[in-house]
Amino acid sequence: MKPIVATNDFVVKFANVNGSGSASANGMFAKVILRMGVPVGARNIFPSNIQGLPTWYEVRVSEAGWLGRRGGVDLMVAMNPQTWDADLKEIMPGGYLLYDSSKPLPASKFRDDITIIGAPLTELIATEFSIPRERQLFKNICYVGVLAQMLGLESDTVKQLLTEEFKGKDKLIEPNFRAFELGRAYAEANIPPIGLHVNRSDKVGDRIFAEGNDAAALGAVYGGATFCAWYPITPSTSLAESFQKYCTMLRKDADGKNRFAIVQAEDEIASIGMVMGAGWAGSRAFTCTSGPGISLMNEFVGFSYYAEIPAVIFDVQRGGPSTGMPTRTQQSDLLLAAYASHGDTKHPMLFPGNPTEAFEMGAQAFDLSDFFQTTVFVMLELDIGMQEWLTEPFKWDEKRRLNRGKVLTYEHLEQGVPFGRYRDVDGDAVPYRTYPGTHPTKGSYFTRGSSHDKDARYSEKGEDYTEGMERLLRKWETMKSHVPAPIIKKAKKRTPDGVIYMGSTDPAMEEALCAMESHGIHLDALRVRAFPFNNEVFDFIRDHEQVFVVEQNRDGQLKSLLVNEGGVHPARLVSVLHYDGTPITARFIIKDITEKLQAGQAAALPEKAK
Amino acid sequence: MTYIAKPSLHHPSLERNAVGFTRRDYEGRISTLCAGCGHDSISASIIQACFEIDLEPHRLAKFSGIGCSSKTPDYFVSPAHGFNAVHGRMPSVLTGANIAAKDLIYLGVSGDGDSASIGLGQFCHAVRRGVNMTYICENNGVYGLTKGQFSATSDKGSKAKKGAENKDSAIDLVMLALQLGATYVGRSFSGDKSQLVPLIKGALSHKGTSFIDVISPCVAFNNHVGSTKSFDYVREHNEAVNRMDVISPRAPIRADYKPGELKEVVQHDGSILRLRKLEDDYDSTDRNAALGYLARKAAEGEIVTGLLYVDPEASDLHDSLNTVTCQLNKLTDQELIPPLSALEKINASLR
Ligand SMILES: Cc1ncc(C[n+]2csc(CCOP(=O)(O)OP(=O)(O)O)c2C)c(N)n1
Ligand code: SF4
Repeated sequence: MKPIVATNDFVVKFANVNGSGSASANGMFAKVILRMGVPVGARNIFPSNIQGLPTWYEVRVSEAGWLGRRGGVDLMVAMNPQTWDADLKEIMPGGYLLYDSSKPLPASKFRDDITIIGAPLTELIATEFSIPRERQLFKNICYVGVLAQMLGLESDTVKQLLTEEFKGKDKLIEPNFRAFELGRAYAEANIPPIGLHVNRSDKVGDRIFAEGNDAAALGAVYGGATFCAWYPITPSTSLAESFQKYCTMLRKDADGKNRFAIVQAEDEIASIGMVMGAGWAGSRAFTCTSGPGISLMNEFVGFSYYAEIPAVIFDVQRGGPSTGMPTRTQQSDLLLAAYASHGDTKHPMLFPGNPTEAFEMGAQAFDLSDFFQTTVFVMLELDIGMQEWLTEPFKWDEKRRLNRGKVLTYEHLEQGVPFGRYRDVDGDAVPYRTYPGTHPTKGSYFTRGSSHDKDARYSEKGEDYTEGMERLLRKWETMKSHVPAPIIKKAKKRTPDGVIYMGSTDPAMEEALCAMESHGIHLDALRVRAFPFNNEVFDFIRDHEQVFVVEQNRDGQLKSLLVNEGGVHPARLVSVLHYDGTPITARFIIKDITEKLQAGQAAALPEKAK
Repeated sequence: MTYIAKPSLHHPSLERNAVGFTRRDYEGRISTLCAGCGHDSISASIIQACFEIDLEPHRLAKFSGIGCSSKTPDYFVSPAHGFNAVHGRMPSVLTGANIAAKDLIYLGVSGDGDSASIGLGQFCHAVRRGVNMTYICENNGVYGLTKGQFSATSDKGSKAKKGAENKDSAIDLVMLALQLGATYVGRSFSGDKSQLVPLIKGALSHKGTSFIDVISPCVAFNNHVGSTKSFDYVREHNEAVNRMDVISPRAPIRADYKPGELKEVVQHDGSILRLRKLEDDYDSTDRNAALGYLARKAAEGEIVTGLLYVDPEASDLHDSLNTVTCQLNKLTDQELIPPLSALEKINASLR
């Protein structure tokens, strides 16, 4: 078997034991390559426990800029004996395996179609370090040294990163350098060059390496959120923690007082309840959670819809149903969020496709929820929320003002502007509201989840009820042109086929489209960015004979929403579903779509709708 | 349910309080509760208390959950914003509103079903956080709105209207509130306005969490022999530890009591709680003593009423959150949106 030869285009995977401190070394490895100007897509695949179980970190090095998962591994850094067999299997023929050869493994444990590279990491470290925890940690930096030598990473760049990382803990810098050098020198003396190599390039530009949860939290700060009420749950916890970090950094007044409040609530019901109260009283408030939390919040979400109270919920989706796979990614909360709670309800959702959009939508969600006086869901996914993505820098227009929506002030009421809480004054079905305490005699109203008339008075009259419910539907229509429009990419050739997808599928999809195009398969592509669906989404479906809907859940939830909300014939939408909890790969998309095209899905379809 | 608005004509000679409002300005829509329901008397006491402490009606924010009791905020202080939340979850909504707009006076009204069953968790957590509010539980020992099931405050051994006996022990919300750190705790009876009104006045003036448990008989489902929350039963077993006057910062102080019997407690806002002792050994500023006393009396089958505990130096949730003086909902774009330079710095740190 010929060894794989590739420069700036390969996949490295690290197999580690959770809790061994490998995360920072692996992250450093990815960042060195980025600093060398070569794009990197990195993914942490971790178990739902704190210590002991297997964990992986996959780094896709791609000069061409493909940041999704590709599928397959070119170089496996196998540091976990527990997963040895499975890890070995994943290596592409002609690929490489790096392992700790301090304790030799039997030959039967190896494959003969790959190159096996041993480095006695434990031994090397034992010569220099005596404390057991240190030995463990420095072993990680030691294999970064081996890899740096093998792949041609710049030592100076590694050292620069180490210096930045341990700024303030300067005592740690020197031993890290030493551990790194141990590995590097060993490889220089003992490991012959391999086919994989990194060359300095200029393809990273001014892009940043950011996590979606962190980005969304920063978006909330720029979007004017002053209150976060939350309850811990993977994978959303880091969003609340980042909000705390950024507020502490950016939202203190001259006296050190907080222009924000964060409450770790007793549960998700209390979190959303607090958000309701704050939204009602005119503060921008949010909670962040995941599927199980949304399940609990249902009653209040319906309340928000009917009583028309702004709220923002960041749903960082993980593998469901039930407790499911807490540390794996999915797009499986769509239906839950879209129609949360009893009765006729629907709620807007935003689908960021990368951390930069998580930042933008994180801010925009507050304008939307204030303007439309309803809960807005920002549908993140673990794959965006908890992974570092190479993404465009965050941008903010300094002229931008927060849109508080239709709020009557003391002055308005003094001037005699009439107020009826649920009246459609402007014809867009969006009513006016007042904050509590605005005026001594005018503008007060009673908020309730039971049926009410236009002036917020309790009413069980059928016509008061239906009038309110119909206005809510008209409000939904108004929303369609206010939410982010889809992004449409036309194929190079005219084609009857299209593909719709959302969120974290974006990078894998871009790559898949490009690869399919080179094989003569042309697809127009549309990335949905919001619910309610903008009319362009249905125009796109109408203009194609068949549309693949690629999503990361079992039941085709995006497809269901398209069918339900757009009256689309279900047979015109062909599901491409990936839901094992790992981020979707370009190879999966290509294979599934190609097979479905070859199987002639189109032939089985009914006449194209007029 | 209220379909009828009250006529808004005011008699010109109606007495006005220091902020220029008449008692009528504190009224609400016409109650639709059963005639004689204890909850209506509590509404009347709230109206009187707000009038007497010169609270501008629109500065009140009133909250409730679901139940007959929770309907009452519609029946008092119409010029105030009201929020009828979902069943048992009023405390979180009130907390959120308080965080957004702390300068208002927060009043939560709830029932024993609302507070002690579905909402027990939220009740506990709002109290332990020290939310600056007055929380009144209109406690009738049954679910009124769903027609007479036992609630978690029904006493063990008490009888339902149709004769069934309650086998579970009762939750005493006053004991709970004391244990959880409420800084103003009282119990009263809907039929004793002279005790209840000053208790509410003191609570509304208190900074921190005030909890008042008001036994409020349900004439439709829990006013029979065998009930321990009926008018007759409460009148027979009610034992007050003190009588209270509340003197607002503006009012002249007149001494009506002999010094030995009197304890004066000055609160944050300058109001003075004058406690006239009825029980010699009762000290309303000693939390542990209050707990012991209540436990003893409960074992004797007595319902202890009055101001049971107050900490006039209490702090509140905003103190622990270290929030700015300005209400969060009044912060301007400039105060909220960090400069572009901050964003550029963050971008740079991510490369
Ligand atoms: C989630 C939910 N469960 C059940 C109900 C039905 N429900 C309405 S009021 C009520 C009990 C109210 O009892 P309480 O708080 O004691 O008030 P009261 O009517 O006695 O004043 C119940 C169970 C509801 N509205 N919502
Ligand atoms: S059912 Fe009971 S609690 Fe409800 S209004 Fe009637 S008397 Fe009051």
